[in-house]
This record gives sequence, C-alpha cells and structure tokens, in this order.
Amino acid sequence: MEFTFTQQLVQQLINGISLGSIYALIALGYTMVYGIIKLINFAHGDIYMVGAYVAFFATTSLNLSFFPALLLAMVVAAIFGVIIERLAYRPLRYAPRIAILITAIGVSLLLEYGGILLLSPQPRTFPALFNAEVYTFGNIVVNSQQILILAVALSLMVILTYVVQRTKIGKAMRAVSFDTDAAKLMGIDVDRVISITFAIGSALAAAAGMLVGVYYNSIDPLMGILPGLKAFVAAVLGGIGIIPGAMVGGILLGIIEALVSGFISSTFRDAAAFAILIIILLFKPSGLLGKNVREKV
Amino acid sequence: MGNNKQVWQSLLACIAVYAVMQTLITLDVIGPFWQLNIVLVCINIILAVSLNLINGFTGQFSIGHAGFMAVGAYVGAILTVKLQLPFIVAIVGGAAAAGFLGFLIGLPTLRLDGDYLAIATLGLGEIIRITILNIPYVGGASGFMGIPRYTNFTWVFFLTVFTVLFIRNFINSTHGRACISVRENQIAAEAMGVDTTKYKVMAFTIGAAFAGVAGTLFAHYFYIAHPASFTFMKSFDILTIVVLGGLGSISGSIMAAILLTFISAALAGYPEWRMIIYSLTLIIVMIYRPQGLFGNKEISLKMFGRLMGGNKRGTTEGN
Repeated sequence: MEFTFTQQLVQQLINGISLGSIYALIALGYTMVYGIIKLINFAHGDIYMVGAYVAFFATTSLNLSFFPALLLAMVVAAIFGVIIERLAYRPLRYAPRIAILITAIGVSLLLEYGGILLLSPQPRTFPALFNAEVYTFGNIVVNSQQILILAVALSLMVILTYVVQRTKIGKAMRAVSFDTDAAKLMGIDVDRVISITFAIGSALAAAAGMLVGVYYNSIDPLMGILPGLKAFVAAVLGGIGIIPGAMVGGILLGIIEALVSGFISSTFRDAAAFAILIIILLFKPSGLLGKNVREKV
Repeated sequence: MGNNKQVWQSLLACIAVYAVMQTLITLDVIGPFWQLNIVLVCINIILAVSLNLINGFTGQFSIGHAGFMAVGAYVGAILTVKLQLPFIVAIVGGAAAAGFLGFLIGLPTLRLDGDYLAIATLGLGEIIRITILNIPYVGGASGFMGIPRYTNFTWVFFLTVFTVLFIRNFINSTHGRACISVRENQIAAEAMGVDTTKYKVMAFTIGAAFAGVAGTLFAHYFYIAHPASFTFMKSFDILTIVVLGGLGSISGSIMAAILLTFISAALAGYPEWRMIIYSLTLIIVMIYRPQGLFGNKEISLKMFGRLMGGNKRGTTEGN
C-alpha cells in the first residue's frame, strides 16, 4: 500500500480528533473550575486516573458493560471531586492564590502515590469491551473505538452545554463565574455551586479516563499526569474559563499532536503541547476564544 | 559595626561546622550513606534558596526549576567529560548556561503573572528535558554517563555557603528591596519607579544560575546526568522545601531542606510512603500555615533571645 501525503494527513487528523476529544473532556473540568474559583486544579488529571480505575474494577470485578461502568466511574469521580474540594480547597477559599495552587499540587501527588500504594504501580490491562472493528476507506483506517470515543465525548459535551445554558444550576454557575459576590447577594448558594462544578468536571474527566482505558488498553496510577497537563494546555489554548474554548482547544491540541508525531517525530509530541502553551501565553494569554481584559488597579 | 561582627561570627561558625564534618568524614564516623545525604542536603539548600529568591522574595511563581538544574548538569558534564576542563570551569559554565537560559526565558514569560507563569515555567522545564532527551550528543534517553565524581563535601559545603551569602546579600541590597517591592505590590512598585520587568528577570536569572550550580554538583556526584532526574516531580520537590520553610525565608528553606532530605532518607526503603508524606505535608501546611513554617522571618540568635526574654516586638530585621 502506498501512502500519499494526503492520506497520511487525513489519517493523522482522524487520530488527532479522537485523542483531542479526550483532551477536550478533561479540559472542560479545568476550565469550569478555573472559571468559578480561579484555581488551576492540578489534581484534575488524577481524577481522570481515578475514573479509569473505577471503570476498570467495574468491568472486571463487577462485570458491568460499557455504559453502566461509565456511569459508575463518573459518579465515583464526582464524589471524589466534591470531597477534595470540601477538604482541601474550601478552607483556603480566602487564602492567597499561591497557597491553594500548592495545595492542588499536594492533592495531585497524594492521589498519584496513594494510587501506587493501593493499586500497585504496575500498569493494568483494560479489558476489551468491544470487538475492535476496523473500517478501512482506501488506505485510511478508522476503528470502532475511535468512533466510540468521539460519540461519547460529543454527547457529553452536548449534555454539558445544555446543563450550563438551559438549567437553573447552569445559570447559577454562570452567575458565580461572572461575579461571585453579586451572585451571593442574589441568594445563590456559592459553596453548593462550586461543589456541583467540581462534581461535573470530575465526572467528565472520569469519562475521559474510561475512554482512554478502552482505547489504549492500559491504565496506571501515573497516567493522569501528562494528559492532565496537556488538557490544561488545551484549556488555555481555547481560553481558560470559556467552555466552548476547552472543546476547541482540546480537539486542536489533539490534531497538532497527531500531526507532530506523524510528520516530525513522536518524541517531540509532548514538547509540542508545551511549546503551544508558551506561544499562546505570549501572544494571546486570554486564549483563542477569549476576550482581552485589562487589569484594574 | 554590629553587622560586620555578625558576618564574621557566621563565617567562623560555618568554618567550624565544616571542620567538624570534614573530620568526621575523614575518620569514617560518617559513612557513605550519610555522606550522600549530607551532599544532597547541600544541593537541596542551593536549589531551595535559589527558588526562594524567585518564588518567595520576588513573588513570581516558578515551577520549572528542575529544567535549569538539568541545563547545569549537562553543560557541566560536557565541559568536564567532552572538553576535559577542570571542575571549577564546569561549575561556572553550568551556572552561566542555566543563568543565560533563565534570562532568555524570563524576558518574555515574566510578563505573565500568577497561574499563567506557573504553568509556563512548568512547560519550559519539560521542554528543556524533552529537548535533552532528543540530543544524542549527551546520551539522549539513556543519560550522560561516565561523569567523574568531582563533587565532594568541601565543594558542596562552600558552594552552599556561597549561595546563601550571595542571595542573602542580594536581598538586602537595593536590587533585593526592589524585588520584594514587586512581590508586595507590583503596581505600587511600578508607580514608585521600580523597573519591575528588570527585577523579575534579574531574580529569575540569578535563581536559574544557582540551579545550574546545583545541577553540575549533582551530576558530578552521581556519575550520571539522566533526563529522568529532572522531571517536574523534581521541581515539585524543590517547591515543597521552599513552601514548607516559608516563602521568603532563607533560613526556613535551609531548615526545610535538611528536614525533608533526612525524612526522605529515612523513608528510602518505602519510596511510595515518601511521596504520600510529602503531599500530605504540603496540604496540611498550606491549610493550617499557608505562610510556611517560618513565614518570611529569618531564624537568628536575636529571635531566640526575644523568645526567651518574652520581649515581643512586632518587627524582625532582615539581618
């Protein structure tokens, strides 16, 4: 089979979009939390790991099929998210920002090494839940898992958009993100809104974790570090605090990574994400979809 | 001049500590395991004090310190192994390279503030590491091997003393005051005519250069410079020391470096517990004492005297 440039390009685009939709799911949690309490939740990538492990045990020990396992992973991760916010971040709500950032790093390390301690550092093989079917169109290969990832990710994003734009709690979230004090004066229970934001963000990360488990067949306690950082890059790329920005940023980052590993070298894949981060921070720190806000004295 | 007298006293104290330690090492009272940890304590002090200059005194949140350490380690190793130059040249070269890179990187990135700067420095640290990983000249993924062990207690001790003195004097100088004013209120500092960008870059460059020194020492102690030693976990290790000791306290950083290095040595058999204790320490210290164990105070004999005498004065002099 001869691979022409165009075919390879299309193939990398397909790989990039399925990888990118995972980044987008994780990035949504970052961006929502940042939008509300201005915190880079470093532990978010590890929630994604927790989700993958819950899905792993749900499918292996409880013999659940894909969708019940996905639901369980999302619920457990949401509970994790709420507990972490409650215990580690809430006491620091009015502390300097640097303190809460360091706490987030601490929580992240705790989840990673707690995972190593309780679950062993050995990677585990995620069970094959579907017969991976491979569809070929000419020389372009698409497998059923990529379609599954894209379908689940897109449906979750649609549900999220509905929740944020059309429901009462979504309205409260937007209000708190816009002006916390004013929202409080209007009778919105800010603590509850923050908890719900953490719950939703964590549930999305858990879904991403399970999808990655299904896609790569392997999970380990440190799996969340790099995707977590990259999802953060995606969130910044799209404009942190902006929900559609996280989706665009995630998919764009996935595509760029796929192109770099396809056409340059896969070892530079990780560097590409960080290089994008630096470039976007230097030229448009508010992100692709962001508006420039001037600092007020 | 009370100030002058104090400097001499501390120098004499340093030489006394050195003499005692060196005698104990020569007499084999301190075995190889503790020697290793003493060297690590000193390297960690250099790293923590230099990071404290950036994070604690200038208020710029950098978490890419391991990247500069890596540059120092590799440049130092190239100078001794490939170019056969003496160790002192390697240390100066490692520091210069890391400092220069810090300057280049600092110039554009220090326009960012807070969280953005944190994540940018983290990204830069990783870019440095991945770049090294892809250079076959320095061993790529398998690391730079065959580095001679030039680092010994004498080198690390005196370089640590030099670092602490340098940064302490820098902080007490006009430039240091300017850095602190940037931390306290950047807009007010600017209004008072402080060139905030210049001082941020200056602090960043000096911090990076000392991280380079630490890197050179590190590589020449362990015979190898490996990209895996300089991941962002290493940066977090250094950050933990700085935060635990207190952002803006040099003596706090020193105490925390000693404490954490020995805790991790004691937990050497249980590496998984080490990180759990680290992370819990970070969380608990941040929740109950967000300013770190020593806040921005310096430990001095005067402070003990005040504690004993019960004579509480609100202010603590910097020296």
